[in-house]
Amino acid sequence: MVSIIRDLVEESRIFERNNNMKTLLLGNEAVARGLYEAGCRFVSAYPGTPSTEIAETVAKYAEIYAEWAPNEKVAAEAAIGASIGGARSFCAMKHVGLNVAADPLFTVSYTGVNGGLVIAVADDQGMHSSQNEQDSRHYAIASKVPMLEPADSAECLEYAKLAFDLSEQYDTPVLFRTCTRVAHSQSIVDLSDRVERALKPYEKNPAKYVMMPGNAKNRHPIVEERTKKLVDYAETSGINRVEMGDRSVGYVTAGICYQYLRECFPNASILKLGMVNPLPIQLIKDFAAQVDKLIVVEELDPVIETHLRANGIRVDGGKDLFGLCGELSQNKILNALDMQTPAYIDFGETVPPRPPTLCPGCPHRGLFYTLSKMGLTVSGDIGCYTLGSLPPLGALDTTICMGASISGLHGFNAVRGVESAKKSVAVIGDSTFMHSGITGLIDIVYNKGISTVLILDNSITGMTGHQQNPTTGKTLKGEPAPSVSIEKLCEAVGVKRVRVVDPYALAELKAAVSEELAAEEPSVIIARRPCILLPEVKIAPALYTDHDKCKGCRQCMTIGCPAISFADKKASIDPTLCVGCELCIQMCKFEAILKKEAN
Amino acid sequence: MSQTKGIMIVGVGGQGTLLASRILGSVLLGQGFDVKMSEVHGMSQRGGSVVTYVKFGEKVYSPLVDQGEADYILAFERLEAARWISYLKTGGTLIVNDRRISPMPVITGALPYPDEIVEKLRASGAQIIASDALALAIEAGNPKSVNVVMIGILSALTDFSEAVWQQALTDCVKPKFLALNQKAFSLGRAYAQKSL
Repeated sequence: MVSIIRDLVEESRIFERNNNMKTLLLGNEAVARGLYEAGCRFVSAYPGTPSTEIAETVAKYAEIYAEWAPNEKVAAEAAIGASIGGARSFCAMKHVGLNVAADPLFTVSYTGVNGGLVIAVADDQGMHSSQNEQDSRHYAIASKVPMLEPADSAECLEYAKLAFDLSEQYDTPVLFRTCTRVAHSQSIVDLSDRVERALKPYEKNPAKYVMMPGNAKNRHPIVEERTKKLVDYAETSGINRVEMGDRSVGYVTAGICYQYLRECFPNASILKLGMVNPLPIQLIKDFAAQVDKLIVVEELDPVIETHLRANGIRVDGGKDLFGLCGELSQNKILNALDMQTPAYIDFGETVPPRPPTLCPGCPHRGLFYTLSKMGLTVSGDIGCYTLGSLPPLGALDTTICMGASISGLHGFNAVRGVESAKKSVAVIGDSTFMHSGITGLIDIVYNKGISTVLILDNSITGMTGHQQNPTTGKTLKGEPAPSVSIEKLCEAVGVKRVRVVDPYALAELKAAVSEELAAEEPSVIIARRPCILLPEVKIAPALYTDHDKCKGCRQCMTIGCPAISFADKKASIDPTLCVGCELCIQMCKFEAILKKEAN
Repeated sequence: MSQTKGIMIVGVGGQGTLLASRILGSVLLGQGFDVKMSEVHGMSQRGGSVVTYVKFGEKVYSPLVDQGEADYILAFERLEAARWISYLKTGGTLIVNDRRISPMPVITGALPYPDEIVEKLRASGAQIIASDALALAIEAGNPKSVNVVMIGILSALTDFSEAVWQQALTDCVKPKFLALNQKAFSLGRAYAQKSL
């Protein structure tokens, strides 16, 4: 029987249908369609939920060059280069990815563009798949770059096209902010044909593109003038839309919050902001003058509210009602306003949570079991393997951001000494190592650290749903590509002890970790086995337990495999989940877990 | 509140809830409704609790179904039915695959798996159609087709013709798996018609 985690049933993608028709698209697919229709020629991105499907969808359009970059900074810089080179260009990332790409953002604000340049950032209010819920609107304000915020898929498509027009008209990069509920909601869009844009001529112009102090000083006032012009646009263009209804309360809002509000109050007066930086002033003042009370509805930080207060506009409700944390919804808005919400059934008992888990057969499981059993301090990173933190494995001590496992361990051991280095490891995936792990490893070698680094090479970027990366030998478009050798890369930065182990072979793995911890020099262990969900990985027949031999010791339960359950003091294996990785066989001292004999 | 209908598809990451929502979306779009669907991608798909919201009507604003707003909940597992039951509208219907998949806190022994979930939900006043969708999926030829069995059950509760559902199935499923899924759909639909 095939594992239920394998996608046997796949759907044909909607965007492959004809143009000029109404169709349901994910917000991310609609952004991709907008890029296509706008004549965009260059896309670079690093995967990150909830932004990933933009680049994956774009990759299917032959007219657009599209790539996975090793990280968001590279993606942004590549898109900047393509823009200077005369093409409409685009890069995409999740909110924390914009932290990585912040360096080029602040300076490309000064240089402006040649071909239009759009930078998409997907926020994750509620932290469905993220380590924080920072509000990316602050970046637009800080870098003095206009930011558009669509509220559904139709606006994703429309604003993507508009963003390029604004970029070229105002000589500025444009930030394009989505969130989980826009990026991962499907709604109806109208498709149009692509408008081809010829490459603009490139002319050498150091005063615009060489940002050394003498030139940058001349560019800064241009940026400030640009912002004034963009405020005029915000006041008059119609992208910020007033919908007058009941005048007892007026709501100022943007993005997904508009949808929640409209659902609650079909007849309310709403000022819907489509551009969240820079904000209009007169438009909001005029709106405020027409309503008795003014309430600002926004998720996370009081960006709109602060702007209103700074401009002397009376705000009768905002963050005092809605708070600073998490997502809003219809009922959260109604509750905040002290209004009635629908009745509902209460189950009345504790429902055990169902946190995500490492899949059955995941190559990371045996590794985390080993590290946990050895009692090591484990410096963690961002990826599927972050799930090694959950019970019963409970292996991780820290997770901060992409790449921090290695550099963080270096600092930890620098202050705690040699004995600490012999009891601690960093764990990082292949894609995350390419993203920003290598610089941390250089830090260890260069500064004479002795830390041990485990690179969990599962041949794919896993958590975001199987994207290629520089080590996998394939591009975003599925074409063969040169692959980075992790071994040679580690050797090249000066690590002398580099070895490869199979994380399914627990005894060998444990011996390797012990040896490398004992060595008083930097070492890298590459735990290499492909993700069990990759189509090319063969799945073995399900294992089964012999209840007569099972002594009920629960040793097999310590690896936290979802396929193994325990009832009436005996272990059982779910044949629809088990992929026959045999990790549990290595746990059982009583030979109670068995393989099906081949016929 | 605007007059929109809400359907939720809840289950365990990997059970194919996304395909179920795409078939449903295709049906609703074909009927001329405004449609919005909100999905879950990323971390929670790794064996965690997953939910898809489907909204339709003359004009839909929020893609989310909130507590007390769902006309139908399709629960692919019974603990997930208990988890999301508060989202069912008064008078709404719960369609549940009466199967247990233990979450990790139950597997490790930290928390018990509640017993008699379906009976308790029925006692709470919810309208319920419980089935062994996994058995029907296996009968159709693949345990993975639980999602389409559940869609088959839902189809029998709606006013849309069977042909409309069949067309959506053809549009959303790879030709290689169409026959299997047609069988799964028919078994689900027949089961619901018997139960009504």
